[in-house]
Amino acid sequence: MSKHFFGDTTVLLGRSLRHITRSPDTIITTAIMPIAMMLMFVYVFGGAINTGSNSSYVNYMLPGILLITVASGIAYTAYRLFMDMKGGIFERFQSMPTARSSVLWAHVLTSLVANLVSLVVVMLVALLMGFRSGAGVLAWLSVGGILILFTLALTWIAVIPGLSAKTMEGASAFSYPLIFLPFLSSAFVPTDTMPTVVRVFAENQPVTSIVNAIRNLFAEQPVGNGIWIALAWCIGILIVSYVFAMNTYRRKIS
Amino acid sequence: MTTQQAPAIQVHGLEKSYKELKVLRGVDFTVARGSIFALLGSNGAGKTTAVKILSTLLKADAGTARVNGFDVATQAAGVRESISLTGQFAAVDEILSGRENLVLVARLRHLRNPGKIADDLLARFSLTDAGARKVSTYSGGMRRRLDIAMSLIGNPPVIFLDEPTTGLDPQARIEVWQAVKELAENGTTVLLTTQYLDEAEHLADRIAILHEGRIIVNGTLTELKQLLPPARVEYVEKQPTLEDVFLTLIGTKA
Ligand SMILES: Nc1ncnc2c1ncn2[C@@H]1O[C@H](COP(=O)(O)OP(=O)(O)OP(=O)(O)O)[C@@H](O)[C@H]1O
Ligand SMILES: [Mg+2]
Repeated sequence: MSKHFFGDTTVLLGRSLRHITRSPDTIITTAIMPIAMMLMFVYVFGGAINTGSNSSYVNYMLPGILLITVASGIAYTAYRLFMDMKGGIFERFQSMPTARSSVLWAHVLTSLVANLVSLVVVMLVALLMGFRSGAGVLAWLSVGGILILFTLALTWIAVIPGLSAKTMEGASAFSYPLIFLPFLSSAFVPTDTMPTVVRVFAENQPVTSIVNAIRNLFAEQPVGNGIWIALAWCIGILIVSYVFAMNTYRRKIS
Repeated sequence: MTTQQAPAIQVHGLEKSYKELKVLRGVDFTVARGSIFALLGSNGAGKTTAVKILSTLLKADAGTARVNGFDVATQAAGVRESISLTGQFAAVDEILSGRENLVLVARLRHLRNPGKIADDLLARFSLTDAGARKVSTYSGGMRRRLDIAMSLIGNPPVIFLDEPTTGLDPQARIEVWQAVKELAENGTTVLLTTQYLDEAEHLADRIAILHEGRIIVNGTLTELKQLLPPARVEYVEKQPTLEDVFLTLIGTKA
């Protein structure tokens, strides 16, 4: 690792954070879709959905909405990276005596910051809509940790199209299936009402275990083994996508 | 380190293909320290490819290249300390201001007083008034000047300019030429590519023509002219060129 890695990453992080503060619409756009979904589910469908618990529906579906927020937020990560590649500024950085992976890490950290801000915005709206949790500090920290890991995992996925896409649409299209995934999980309805094939998929895909872990943490329920499965998914996806992204990056810069 | 006498750039048998397409088929040339070297070639001749190899952005398939004494393949970090690249398309950050772009590069080159460096360059390239404005509001010429200014930060001994004046108006072109000449006078080695014969004629100490993957001629302007039948002396009335007219009308002394 170059001796300038941390300094250079900080400088480049400052640069991309400025991009975000100068176009805060990306944060708003990221937050608006999950908020709209939340309003629709709670005030339109919510009355008809039986979750089998006494707690309010907004409490039930918030974890899924948080994951959707991240899934739509990382489209901008890919977009920002793509714009740097296309605009040539990426090549300028690569031809300078700057730590080479700093460019990538700055984008990854920016993605983390931007998504955390969006998550806070969504969370505030959920509070206005009646979300309540008696969770203690440790539970909240655990939720935060899971969401950070999930964001990092998805961010490294986003890096791959960001580096290799040919068009702007191509750079962000990968996020659609990720946004869709929570609908085939326990995020909005309990999985036991689903037809067998769908249920088997839903119960064994990462979103369900992550949603259940967050939901239990918020509801002060025991998390059991579920939280380890959730963490294993997050870390597994993180490692695999990191390796693929780094390979793509190395091919790009050599 | 490097001896003062060794050429700033030495290229030997450089080859590069994109899949089937053989772009460079054995390119040789050397560039003396403090001189201006023009690489001429038509569209697709491989000028940008050669520049990218020399600035460590691409790997050659065969051959060697040394820049400021460093091998581009094995001592890339040394090369990057020694060079600066102005790519064919302006590599500036559109969302930052002109001044912020300059400060960014100064920071990434780990220099002291980035603010002062930025202000000096803004003044030198007549961008002081626009310095605080977002680059996305700049004209093409202003963007190009900023791009070149960013390349001068840190006074690297070797500068690559890939078609630095394409798309500039005659006045801006002359400003760029002036800047290039000053660089060479101060000892910087400049390798520039161009499609404009008059640009090479105006600026370069040596001119090489890249054609079908090889350097077909390489010499001073006088040497190149001797390749053609000797000039006949003809008496013609000196008509102002369109460039003279244009520059007179807009009030610039050429
Ligand atoms: N990444 C790439 N993949 C495939 N082919 C490429 C790639 N980059 C360049 N080429 C091809 O290599 C050839 C040389 O390209 P290059 O950009 O070096 O030419 P150039 O002399 O700079 O041209 P111009 O004057 O148009 O800028 C062209 O035929 C181009 O299509
Ligand atoms: Mg070119």
